[in-house]
Amino acid sequence: MSSATKATPEVTSARSTPVRLEWRVAKVKAVRDETRHVRTLVLDVPEWPGHRPGQHVDVRLVAEDGYQAQRSYSIASPPEVPSVELTIERLDDGEVSPYLCDMLAPGAGLEVRGPIGGYFVWDVSLGGPLLLVAGGSGIVPLMAMLRHYAAADAASRATVPARLLYSARSADDVIYRDELARLATAAEIDVRFTLTRGAPPQWSGYRRRIDRAMLAEVGWPPPTGAQSYVCGPTPLVESVANILVELGHDPSHVRTERFGPTG
Amino acid sequence: MSDSPFIARGFHAKRAPAKPDRLPPGQYETRDFPVLSAGPTPHTPLAKWSFTIEDWAGHSLRWSWDEFQALPHQTPTVDIHCVTKWSKFDTKWEGVSLDTLLDAARAAGVVEGDHVMAFSDGGYTTNLPLADVRGGKAWVAYGYDGAPLPAEHGGPARLLVPHLYFWKSAKWVRGLRMLQGDEPGFWEQLGYHDRGDPWREQRYQGDP
Repeated sequence: MSSATKATPEVTSARSTPVRLEWRVAKVKAVRDETRHVRTLVLDVPEWPGHRPGQHVDVRLVAEDGYQAQRSYSIASPPEVPSVELTIERLDDGEVSPYLCDMLAPGAGLEVRGPIGGYFVWDVSLGGPLLLVAGGSGIVPLMAMLRHYAAADAASRATVPARLLYSARSADDVIYRDELARLATAAEIDVRFTLTRGAPPQWSGYRRRIDRAMLAEVGWPPPTGAQSYVCGPTPLVESVANILVELGHDPSHVRTERFGPTG
Repeated sequence: MSDSPFIARGFHAKRAPAKPDRLPPGQYETRDFPVLSAGPTPHTPLAKWSFTIEDWAGHSLRWSWDEFQALPHQTPTVDIHCVTKWSKFDTKWEGVSLDTLLDAARAAGVVEGDHVMAFSDGGYTTNLPLADVRGGKAWVAYGYDGAPLPAEHGGPARLLVPHLYFWKSAKWVRGLRMLQGDEPGFWEQLGYHDRGDPWREQRYQGDP
């Protein structure tokens, strides 16, 4: 459960005195619009124990009448920055995401507990080469990994080449578009996009759903021992993970996180 | 840290839950059937599938797919609760009661422990107290909603332990290993609760 937890047997020795993950009232420091439907909350979480790239937090909303709702959201920020950033897709029909996107201004409080999850995580110590595949808002936990990667020193990065394949509906739906362009140059991350519902005329990226030919082109050859992380809606994750295994990747090196949008 | 909940000003229920007495704390009802797994979906051919119950002393009992299908089966309709907050009501399953399997294993000389470790294709494991898989509370399910259980939902067969959070209902299950004393499984080593009772909200290590 600590930020240093790894998927290795040694964690069992640390389990003897489990410490409860307490609810903490975070303070919204800033909000940032990413797309028309997606907003980032920058949170100051008191006594935040730190996290690993790919982990998530639980958010709890308690109404005046005692009604409560909880949801899980991936952390978008890397461990290197003190704030915790959550990037939230606003679902019109949802109960929690419209509140988070519309009602929270800087200075507001928000209950969170975490960090949670110790398998869909990557840091430079895990090595690579690294392949990240995102669908829609599935980019969020992968962005924590990319930001962490970009914060590493150039020598570490040189030993772990990184690629991102990001599928979005349209160019306007690409989250972190400008920052991804900057990271591609500054941290030499190979960033590829595919747009599934229409692309602008001069678009140089792919224009279809992720398929076998695309993954064969963008992915690492299987003998390289690549670490793959796939996050997005279930059909995309099922398909991408199956293809990576068919292409010869070790299933234990293909880590997945699947979600429908959470309202 | 906060013992009493912080009130989210301006937040209110969008719609009252239809069956609040069936919804554990912190859960919401979904009509979908979300899929969550840590890795790729394994596809084990039925000819190579088997289910094994084994103890620490080398005794075991094993069923092939055909032998398993010949066992008496049940069709439980149950509510399921995922630690990622969704609950789904009245899900319809078909499978073999773990009482049937554990009784047969005991008769074959398999020594019962106080816990079991379920193990699956793909390397997934999860630990359960024996008391949680006996007494008509748990099944190995191979059918869902009148059809064979789809691979992404754990087919050909998965554990079904609906009174605990759904990560305990191991997908692609291939057997149970008897334990003397509790040991953490896959998610339990990664911060999730050892028992996972949704009504006590036992989500993570350290929860009451």
